[in-house]
Amino acid sequence: MISEEQVRHVANLARLGLTDDEIEKMGGQLDAILDSIEKIQELDLADVPPTANPLDLSNVLRSDEPRPELSREEALTPAPERVDDLFAVPRID
Amino acid sequence: MPHSLLDLTAYELAEGIRTGEVSAREAAEVANTRVVEVEGEVRAFVTTTPDLALERAAAVDARNGEVALWEGVPLAVKDVLSTRGVKTTCGSRILEDFEPLYDASALQNFGEDLIMVGKANCDEFAMGSSTENSAWGPSRNPWDPSRVPGGSSGGSAAAVAAGGGWWALGTDTGGSVRQPAAFCGIVGLKPTYGRVSRYGLIAFASSLDVVGPMTRDVRDAALLLQAIAGHDPRDSTSANVEVPDYLANLDDGLEGLRIGVVPELMGEGIEPGVREVVESVARGLESAGAEVGEASLPHSGYGLPAYYIIAPAEVSSNLARFDGVRYGLRVPEEGVHEMYRETREEGFGDETKRRIMLGTYALSSGYYDAYYAQAQKVRTKIVEDFRAAFARYDVLLSPTAPSVAFEIGEKVDDPLAMYANDICAVPANLAGIPAISVPGGLSEGLPVGVQLMGDHFTEPMLLRAARATEQAAGFRFQMRP
Repeated sequence: MISEEQVRHVANLARLGLTDDEIEKMGGQLDAILDSIEKIQELDLADVPPTANPLDLSNVLRSDEPRPELSREEALTPAPERVDDLFAVPRID
Repeated sequence: MPHSLLDLTAYELAEGIRTGEVSAREAAEVANTRVVEVEGEVRAFVTTTPDLALERAAAVDARNGEVALWEGVPLAVKDVLSTRGVKTTCGSRILEDFEPLYDASALQNFGEDLIMVGKANCDEFAMGSSTENSAWGPSRNPWDPSRVPGGSSGGSAAAVAAGGGWWALGTDTGGSVRQPAAFCGIVGLKPTYGRVSRYGLIAFASSLDVVGPMTRDVRDAALLLQAIAGHDPRDSTSANVEVPDYLANLDDGLEGLRIGVVPELMGEGIEPGVREVVESVARGLESAGAEVGEASLPHSGYGLPAYYIIAPAEVSSNLARFDGVRYGLRVPEEGVHEMYRETREEGFGDETKRRIMLGTYALSSGYYDAYYAQAQKVRTKIVEDFRAAFARYDVLLSPTAPSVAFEIGEKVDDPLAMYANDICAVPANLAGIPAISVPGGLSEGLPVGVQLMGDHFTEPMLLRAARATEQAAGFRFQMRP
């Protein structure tokens, strides 16, 4: 069982605001989902390597050359709030 | 040219445009008119772009035949693919007014003159199997408006089935191209992971996401894949593998093809009507010259639980970018953490919150090994299952989804029932292999999709088998309503 405290802790890690009603509902739903997922614990996979990417790629690098990208002005267009030519954020607490 | 352009497949229309029998502008006009006619009932689109379609069609016509075959044919684009200057919401309130600054790379072979009829509705950030998780409300199945079109690319499927654009792009993370294609009686292709660039595709689960064609028939899917496949230096997971001619061997038939039916995906949980269609298609393929046998995927039953750890884990990371700073919604608050929390509370819908929570939990200290690490190992077992099956068979056959299209509202409050819909689809995503859904027939008067799966980068063979399958099934595209 996932406790209400755990739900609040995970929501905080995810920076996700949830109402009290949502917290309660979420706990029950996460329990049910986690229950169904438990099935994978029955497999003994101690010696099996993990797969992170189906094509088995690693360290794909590009050459480090300057190239034109979005201008500062363009990059700021979708910002909900700006100050001069910067993204504006509230006080960092 | 037949009486109505709407009777043509995308390929036939493309040929007509190339030979000058019909103009791209006429095609765009027909598509726009059809969208207006059916949109009230089907609600396939978040945003329609009729003027843009006409303007760009005129530009294509003005190039006097200097166009790629696919360029003149009007396209619907799932609303998770970035389109420059055209609102791209991902079905989410958090991106309600977002206008991207560039086009997704998957669209780049259509060039500046991409004839787009609109942005197709989808579950929020492509998470769902019905479009009911869209902040803008569900799309309807053109075969029966009381039913879902499937998801998450349900708007794209509904648009194609209803003739609102001859073809569409969807994205497939755990069946999101194939299942809606199956529900709406069209073809849906999930290419090999990395075959199509993800640059400009707003990320859901980066190790699984792939852009794919949703079309009237298999030849259209081959042509649309030709248009979107290729290596892209802007996507480090894009495959640097040569793009073959997907149309060249399409009609080579079944001679020499070995097809394995997957018993684990034919049993419990699969509706009898769906199973019967798959069995009948398998018999049809055998009598048309294929060798048909059984191909076991012993770990496929663990695919769904592994998927529902890996995908949410990647979601919890990918969706951290929606923080009210650089784009999208911001709820003004005094401190930055309150601003994050309130913005995400108001901007995300229920399913998105559920997946962020699930993924964050699975990755959190003390649970990582039991969930995420174990799921990645299950993924290895599924890859190995496929490797063994493809040593014996060229193509694997199963249902695309366990049922026909369900009623709107039927599963929306039961996440597990909704997730169970992806059971046949997720193994291909976990292994990164290509898979295609082809209409195989009807059950309860509604379309049933059969799924064909092939090994990495074997799309030419997969498409050839799919072409033969649609012929064996004898199912021709039917525009609805």
